[in-house]
Amino acid sequence: MSGGAGFAGGGAGVSVQELELDLDAFEGPFDLLLALVLKEELDLRDVDLAGIVTAFLERLAEREELDLEACGEFLVLIAALLELKARALFPDETAELAELEPEEAAEELARRLAEYRRAKEAAVWLRDRLAGEGDRFFRLGPAPLAPKVETPLAPQDPDALARMLRALAQEPPDVSLAHMALRFPPVSQFLERFRSVLRGRTRFDFDTEVGGLNRLEQASAFLAVLELRRAGELTLEQAAPFAPIRVKRATLEASPAKPAAPGQKTAAPAAPPWQENTAQEERNDSWTVRSA
Amino acid sequence: MDRPLRLIPGDALDRLARTLEALLVIASAPLSVDELAEAADDDPERVEPALRLLGERFAEERSGIVLEHVAGGWAFRASREEADACARLFERPAQRNLSPAALETLAIVAYTGPCSRPDIARIRGVAADSAVANLVERGLIAEAGRDSAAGGAVRYRTTPLFERVFGLESLSELPRLEDVGADAREIRDRLHVVAEKRSA
Repeated sequence: MSGGAGFAGGGAGVSVQELELDLDAFEGPFDLLLALVLKEELDLRDVDLAGIVTAFLERLAEREELDLEACGEFLVLIAALLELKARALFPDETAELAELEPEEAAEELARRLAEYRRAKEAAVWLRDRLAGEGDRFFRLGPAPLAPKVETPLAPQDPDALARMLRALAQEPPDVSLAHMALRFPPVSQFLERFRSVLRGRTRFDFDTEVGGLNRLEQASAFLAVLELRRAGELTLEQAAPFAPIRVKRATLEASPAKPAAPGQKTAAPAAPPWQENTAQEERNDSWTVRSA
Repeated sequence: MDRPLRLIPGDALDRLARTLEALLVIASAPLSVDELAEAADDDPERVEPALRLLGERFAEERSGIVLEHVAGGWAFRASREEADACARLFERPAQRNLSPAALETLAIVAYTGPCSRPDIARIRGVAADSAVANLVERGLIAEAGRDSAAGGAVRYRTTPLFERVFGLESLSELPRLEDVGADAREIRDRLHVVAEKRSA
């Protein structure tokens, strides 16, 4: 860049201040860029200084003459900016580079430059590739695949599981509901029965008469006997506790219970004291263990 | 019988191809042969011929859907012929308006990754924070651990989506880069032109 004769001198030189820049981070005149950087409104790290140099050189090339003053000014400014930017980018490495011999430092810088050029080249390749592959449309999901769930369980024995399941799958034993349906046979049935027995005989042995019946029937039968005695239709004898109960037809014939015919119990005896005031017929039909 | 008899293995292969077809149409990302084999409950060795069968069926100029081998797996995409129709209805946020700075950063991560933001700034000579954030948001790069040094910076690597967007089977498909040579020569030539103009 040693300016030959004839290049010095006046004329419309290149104004560094008015140098129009079109960079990624900044677009406008150079002096505005400087002002912004100095006021720290623009981060120098975002500014492509090489772009400024290129723009300046291209502007120079458009001129017929070399503006030495402008070149000098530009060199000073761009060198300052470079140093500022270098300090901003590599705050920790100033010492590292300073320790290197000038040749080594140059090599290191060259290495970085080369790296940068490769990155530039790769970016161009990517841009072209994108242009070539731009007509490929495909489905996109926010999460491509759910991560595989790691099962936190220890290894399990399938046989043990099968055993447990088999135990659970077995039908439980039927629960007996017999007690819920426990019903006393109607006392009236035994009233009639004992009346007819006493029509044929004057006396009978209670235990023998009910011998073939189950406990519930025997209980109903006993209630019937008590009922008949209360109505005065028979008399009872028992020699001792747990001794056989002897039933005897009452000698008095004028009993009020006498006309009572089966199914037509209009003259039913009054309710026994333990049955309160409810109608006897109902109770006879619906006695359960609980109500007894 | 207007169709030739098919061998039983061919029938089975056709059956497997149908299963793969179903898996691929559901997938939102490429599926590897192993993933396909596992999902189809079949052998990887059988999945590959079945994929070839599908590849013949779903090919450019034969079908609106095209099977492609991309990002280490297999995926369906729209055929290139239908790109205009697709573009009228669908957006492609991952690749829309990628700035030169973003492409440069993407290139650095693709070639040198996993690498950190300071690494990228060192190579580019400008801070990479916003470009990195932008690429992460697009899903083209993702965090991949930290620098080994204590309190190390987060490192980034490209994602399968990057490979898919750029139509790469894998990162190894990226071209080897020439050394500075050509580029430096071009700059030197430019400077010479400038100098000659001046001396003329």
